[in-house]
Amino acid sequence: MNSVIEMIEGLGRSVLNALARLGLAGRFFLAILMVIGVPLRRFSLLVRELYFSGVRSLLIIVVSGTFVGMVLAIQGYEVLQRFGSAETLGVLVALSLVRELGPVVTALLFAGRAGSAVTAEIGLMQATDQIAAMDMMAVNPIARIISPRFLASVVSLPLLACMFSAAGVFGAYLVGVKLIGIDDGSFWSQMQAGVDFRLDIVNGLIKSLVFGVAVGLIAVFEGYYAPPTAEGVSSATTRTVVTSSLAVLMLDFVLTVWMFRGLNG
Amino acid sequence: MPLPAACMDHEMSVVKSAPTHPDPLIEIKDVHFAYDERPILRGLSLSVRKGEVLAVMGGSGSGKTTLLGLIGGRILPNKGKILVDGQNVPKLDRAALYALRTRFGMLFQFGALFTDLSVFDNVAFPYREQTNLPESVIRDLVLLKLQAVGLRGAAGLMPSQLSGGMARRVALARAVALDPMLMLYDEPFTGLDPISTGIVARLIRRLNDAFGLTSLVVTHDLDASLKIADRVIVLAEGQVYRDLTPDDVRTTTDAFVRQFADGLPDGPVPFHYPAPPLLDQLLGKTVAGPNGGGTP
Repeated sequence: MNSVIEMIEGLGRSVLNALARLGLAGRFFLAILMVIGVPLRRFSLLVRELYFSGVRSLLIIVVSGTFVGMVLAIQGYEVLQRFGSAETLGVLVALSLVRELGPVVTALLFAGRAGSAVTAEIGLMQATDQIAAMDMMAVNPIARIISPRFLASVVSLPLLACMFSAAGVFGAYLVGVKLIGIDDGSFWSQMQAGVDFRLDIVNGLIKSLVFGVAVGLIAVFEGYYAPPTAEGVSSATTRTVVTSSLAVLMLDFVLTVWMFRGLNG
Repeated sequence: MPLPAACMDHEMSVVKSAPTHPDPLIEIKDVHFAYDERPILRGLSLSVRKGEVLAVMGGSGSGKTTLLGLIGGRILPNKGKILVDGQNVPKLDRAALYALRTRFGMLFQFGALFTDLSVFDNVAFPYREQTNLPESVIRDLVLLKLQAVGLRGAAGLMPSQLSGGMARRVALARAVALDPMLMLYDEPFTGLDPISTGIVARLIRRLNDAFGLTSLVVTHDLDASLKIADRVIVLAEGQVYRDLTPDDVRTTTDAFVRQFADGLPDGPVPFHYPAPPLLDQLLGKTVAGPNGGGTP
């Protein structure tokens, strides 16, 4: 009986802790929004973070996108040719990339490459008193350290998702047209006819914008509140990748349902 | 290093309220502070007069660093007043607190230099953030501050290229950049070799006198602090236990201060963490001692 009560108490404690942390993250998000103008006014702060988070993630995004596109082309061709519609490979690949794989895989890669780096950097700044020193110099660390990194994530992710999709289409072209031999004109014209700017491209961009907010917030939050020890920073970095990945996948489901509801009904 | 309550009651008398000095810059009145349920400060009162170098000593966990956090407004007391230049720090809103902090300088334990900025840019940071001075003026001011700590030649280095003593001196130059009225030092001698300790100690005194500052030095290093301090306070049990001059510290017969000054392993602060008798524990007669000190 006691063990059951302890289990329920433990469960209650975990739920309360999770809610408290969620509340803290909400307040932290508001604090960031209050000073989001600072990196816009002092553009050099934002440019530096765009370079570290965005430009330095470009290689992994482009290479991954190319390979994902190549695999999509092989798998797609294998299925489509059974129904005699191999020439629609272009539209299949483009829709898969623009609607889903581009925003989602980019966000997952971004969380692993840039999100973890941001958490580790901010966590180490906390552990070595750099953020406390800034605060004691009457410089708001949320404005000076946190908001540029958050904003860089929000700006970078949609751009990187575009790069990912473009690289994927190029990879699919190499495999589908150059390797398998699908007609060049069919590949591109089907793609042009089948992809809608508003429904597919804009929705994909909205998704990556939302993922950028989620990954950016999780990365700076975990870093800022990381326990100031080696173990604390390491756990925070891991939490950033895990929480961001789960958040991206869950948000993707919610956004997909919202964006494409009633489309076929 | 908590002081046993019995020692406090019988052998030592806590100074409940430190004497008030004329023209104080900092006045702390009956401040209580606890981390969760663990009390750190229990009715601490002290005053720091303008222009003096005050060394704050005490064992680990006696509340020395907490005191700096409270004065700087980074943490809030559960009760009590902390007046800095007449302003009650815990009651200030963010704008007023930041305005007050522009008149503070703080040297952190390991310098807390920004690792992505060079030595020059670290010292230039307060000027760039808090003033609208042109870069040419900032350059001259930074070089003068670095000259004052003897590191003008290291302006181009990154913090990772500095020794512990050099990093502390750069952080000192950064802390005094805006000519503060009050300098707070958190363990400024930790991890330094004797030469660096001497250099940093002299700089603390020299900068205090040259710029007309008031300095609060939290430290374990008795030798270094006795050379530079005008006054030494010893914290114990969350209060001011003794308020002494450096000469008093050298000659006092007070058991706690002597143990602290002479670095004795045992005394009013016991060497052993509270535990049941060793024999009982070895024979398995004790399951768990006080504070978890026994064998589980």
